[in-house]
Amino acid sequence: MAVLTRARPRAGRRRAPGVRNRDGWWAAFFLAPQVTALAVFLVFPLGFAVVLAFMRWDGLGRKEWAGLDNFAAQLSDPEFGLAVWNTVKLALLTVPVGLALALLIALALNNVRGGSFYRVLYFMPVVTSSVAVALMWQIILAGDESGVLNNSLRSWFGLTPPDWLGDTGWVIVSIAVVTIWSSLGLNVVIFLAGLQTIPPQIVEAARMDGAGSLRIFRSVILPLLSPTIFFSTVVAVISSFQAFDQIYVLVRPEDNEGARTIVYQVYELGFKDFEFGMSSAAALILLALTLLVTLVQFAAQKRLVHYDS
Amino acid sequence: MRLRQAALHAALTAGGLAMVFPFAWMLLTSFKSVRQMLNAPLDWLPHPWRWQNYPDALAAMPFGTAYWNSFYIAALNVTLTLLTSAMAAYAFARIRFRGSGVLFVVFLATQMVPAQVTVVPLYLMLARFGWIDSHLSLILPTVANPFAVFLLRQFIRAVPVELEEAARIDGAGRWRCFWNVVLPNIRPGLGALGIIAFLASWNSFFFPLIFLNSPELATVPLLLSQFSGQHTAVDYGLILAGSAIAVVPTLIAFLIGQRKIINSMASSGLGGR
Repeated sequence: MAVLTRARPRAGRRRAPGVRNRDGWWAAFFLAPQVTALAVFLVFPLGFAVVLAFMRWDGLGRKEWAGLDNFAAQLSDPEFGLAVWNTVKLALLTVPVGLALALLIALALNNVRGGSFYRVLYFMPVVTSSVAVALMWQIILAGDESGVLNNSLRSWFGLTPPDWLGDTGWVIVSIAVVTIWSSLGLNVVIFLAGLQTIPPQIVEAARMDGAGSLRIFRSVILPLLSPTIFFSTVVAVISSFQAFDQIYVLVRPEDNEGARTIVYQVYELGFKDFEFGMSSAAALILLALTLLVTLVQFAAQKRLVHYDS
Repeated sequence: MRLRQAALHAALTAGGLAMVFPFAWMLLTSFKSVRQMLNAPLDWLPHPWRWQNYPDALAAMPFGTAYWNSFYIAALNVTLTLLTSAMAAYAFARIRFRGSGVLFVVFLATQMVPAQVTVVPLYLMLARFGWIDSHLSLILPTVANPFAVFLLRQFIRAVPVELEEAARIDGAGRWRCFWNVVLPNIRPGLGALGIIAFLASWNSFFFPLIFLNSPELATVPLLLSQFSGQHTAVDYGLILAGSAIAVVPTLIAFLIGQRKIINSMASSGLGGR
């Protein structure tokens, strides 16, 4: 978002003629539906979440002031600590690998004739329901003979592979693989769109100066693409922190604590245990973590991202 | 040069196979019996082909109803989102009013709040409205869409103000300017946003999971997840036939409109996430 705003300075808003003091009313009229929806469905619930996080409430009895108890309870709960660790691990696995792969594929597509066919292939998972994606991967990763991976590893190579979804250590890797697979196409087309804005003359000029492919990539393409990469990184981290669907369907985290993430914790506390206060506290901790990581990224971009001005 | 092209094609094809394999394997497995699924070494092709899995899946799951539910929820949600966000975008792009800068920043800030943070209070509020276990809980809350307002504002800014000025001189009011001049000129933006919003609603799982209870109200992803939760490995054939029934029509629609769909999601960056 910030990248886009930055690219477009304040300009272009001009006053159409013949409009004077009725403008305020017209603005209110045009804004009313979205502002109402936003206030009712986003801003109010957010405020309510903050209040709830300081309350003890199961939805039925009276709300009781709990102060910081919910936060303290969550932060000292080993289960929550595990959820934070799993959330961070998932992001560390998904984001670098997913974006690097997407960048490689986008570079290949940019240099190949007839690339639009591949583009369609890589994009198929993006439009597919996450529930169906999880079910598809279940029959690949399942530990018993119904999983194609372990079935072939055992019967053809005589290996004894781990249970990818049942093992507490491997499960987060499996979830990362599925997440990367399903979001790869989106990152590929975003990078490809970024690559296509790089003027070919610049690359050509570097080549004339005797730069090799690797040098061109490092010194020309990477800097020019860095705003797109930065933007995709921010979005990928946020959506990895919010991952829920594939985890819920692929492994029920109550069966395998290795898959327990903060979001699952929010879901379980709120809609299984009806601990609304606890659930809101966990959600706010997730929000704080998201904001913190995003701020760090924005601080880092000043040194890493090249803006053409 | 030739060699390089060949190497690139080979690498891209290998990657493409990794993309297609889970789909192909789902389709193949959906024609197998459970016995055959557990064979080792595995059978790549079903023998015999168990077509019966499909009628059985259709009998076990109300797919017709789920498809209709998903479709009309997405259609209403998209219509409302497009109309209201285009209106708000018009106000931000074209009308000068006090506090517009601050309000716009508030819009952008709310975009940062993940659904998981607001879901508990939203649930409690919708319960108060009597909207839990009703499709209203899926149609209305996601209409609040700051990203849509932001995207359409960019499109409206690209429309020359002179067009509107000419219409005003001819006596058109604000609404006519918006409806007859601006909207027709931002059709590509509306199309892109419509596709993104439709896919987001069509595939959404978190809200249906939490807000709906009755089986006859389920959307396609919810139906699929409920079914796979009730039936364990024993019914894999049915579950996969069900997945295929859920996935294949979407894929066909994607293949028909692929150029437009991919370009929409690429240009707007954020995509439907």
